[in-house]
Amino acid sequence: MRYNLKHKIMVIKVCVGSSCHLKGSYDVIEQMKYILKKYDVEDLVDLQAAFCLGFCSQGVTVKVEDTPNVEKMPDGELFLHNVNKDNAEEIFAKEVYPLLNL
Amino acid sequence: METPRLFDTNVQYLKYKVLKEIIRRAYEGGLEDAYTEIPKIISPGPKSELRCCIYKERAVVQERIKMAMGGNKNNPNVIEVIDIACDECPVEGMYVTPACRGCIVHNCKEVCPKGAISIINKKAVIDKDKCIECGKCTQACPYSAIIAQHRPCVQSCKVKALSVDENKKAKIDNDKCISCGACVYKCPFGAIQDKSLVLDIISLLQNSDNNKKYKVYAIIAPAIVSQCKFGRIAQVVTAIKKLGFYQVVEAALGADITLYHEAKEWSEKKLMTTSCCPAFVRYIEKNFPDLAKYISSSPSPMIETALLIRHSDPNARIVFIGPCSAKKFEYRLAKTNNVIDSVMSFEELQAFVDARGIDTTQMEDSMLDNASYYGRIFAKSGGIAKGVADVAASMGVEGVIPIAMNGIDECKMALTRLKFGKAAENFFEGMACEGGCVNGALCITHSPKNVFDVDKYGNEAKEKTIDNSVKLYELNQKL
Repeated sequence: MRYNLKHKIMVIKVCVGSSCHLKGSYDVIEQMKYILKKYDVEDLVDLQAAFCLGFCSQGVTVKVEDTPNVEKMPDGELFLHNVNKDNAEEIFAKEVYPLLNL
Repeated sequence: METPRLFDTNVQYLKYKVLKEIIRRAYEGGLEDAYTEIPKIISPGPKSELRCCIYKERAVVQERIKMAMGGNKNNPNVIEVIDIACDECPVEGMYVTPACRGCIVHNCKEVCPKGAISIINKKAVIDKDKCIECGKCTQACPYSAIIAQHRPCVQSCKVKALSVDENKKAKIDNDKCISCGACVYKCPFGAIQDKSLVLDIISLLQNSDNNKKYKVYAIIAPAIVSQCKFGRIAQVVTAIKKLGFYQVVEAALGADITLYHEAKEWSEKKLMTTSCCPAFVRYIEKNFPDLAKYISSSPSPMIETALLIRHSDPNARIVFIGPCSAKKFEYRLAKTNNVIDSVMSFEELQAFVDARGIDTTQMEDSMLDNASYYGRIFAKSGGIAKGVADVAASMGVEGVIPIAMNGIDECKMALTRLKFGKAAENFFEGMACEGGCVNGALCITHSPKNVFDVDKYGNEAKEKTIDNSVKLYELNQKL
């Protein structure tokens, strides 16, 4: 079940494990869809859901992978914690958008 | 032998003890001596409690060990007869016991619709050639002197796959068998058993190097809530993680998506059956081949859930934990694309948890909330019918007339009506086990109260509709 993601340069995974689900994963996903559209990066970012990223007490957790900006993200992944629909845009603008090297 | 409160029957308990010993040895060593040592532990002797002698009792245990370790690899069926455990039960049918007093009302004779009973020398005598085994005489006799001698296995098998061979042993016709597991639960000698994949699952967990090489996910069937008599479901989730699983996901999440597909599919087809019960699907394929075209093409909840997991983690290994023997063949079918790696029963889960010394009652709670109310009530008969009707209505699709076919007998009746164009309904929910998965063959308990647990669990779901589950599915479908 691999999908062709060649044209995407970044993956954002929103945790939908039980704990994050109760804290509002679906609100975050909806907000993310809106943000990606607003910043016009829908074609570059693949928004996905993930089952438990392992930080149940700090949910909702969002994981960023496969960025072109390797210097700023040497591990190849970045975890963002305590994301909710109200702070999602602020976190995206500060932490994620710069990684896209636009 | 005393059955702990955990299980319904001693047979389940025996099977459990064997599984537990095998699992313990898989971790602590000693699997190579399993065949010689485990029988002595389970049947210490010197006198036999269960069979004619201690040697036979131990020999039967050896056969159970074989089943626990995967059974006969050359037999494609997941259900097998343990020949030496079969007690060759009598098959005479209606039998007049010495309790017959030769009374003068002889209700038995009067009630017999075929005139098969006559009174000879002041005793009822049944003419086997005329008797149709309707059982009316057994109820009519005021002394209960007439009994029906049937094999419980043959009685339990609604598809007539079970017969008696020339040596009086039970025999399964694999061409007819739908692997529903009814006989496994019903045989009073435990002579029919499902094959266990538990050793494969242990290797899967051990080779993952604590979920570092790959992650092992457990998908749990919603019926599990009715099985947690010792501890809460939230504690059982923790216990499953303690076994080495990375994450526990509800099959009910996939059930939401199955509902969505089925409602959409119905709006095109206008006449269809469900596809989530693999025994039911096989029943149609084998007994009503003309109706096979009506089987929904939507994947089962187990498969849908696995697809979601695989999309977020392509390297995942996935084990389904459920009450079902038929899932043990479903996961191998070509149409599932190998998305499930293995299947474990609730009985095996209990043995696994106990073998690892995990006390469920002492576990802290883990959250479990992925699915909606509708996904969770899939576990009971009528759950899908209700779900599809409601979901279709919310999509603006009208005209769904559902029927919940509860058990193979009801399936047979309703499908026969459908075949001859006499059915008033147009959405057929089929479940091979009476009551649905909450009464599945490999459930630990089969209490009528189980269904209340499922309803309660459904009501506890955060999501009351399937909308968010469907969003998740759509997120994974886009390119």
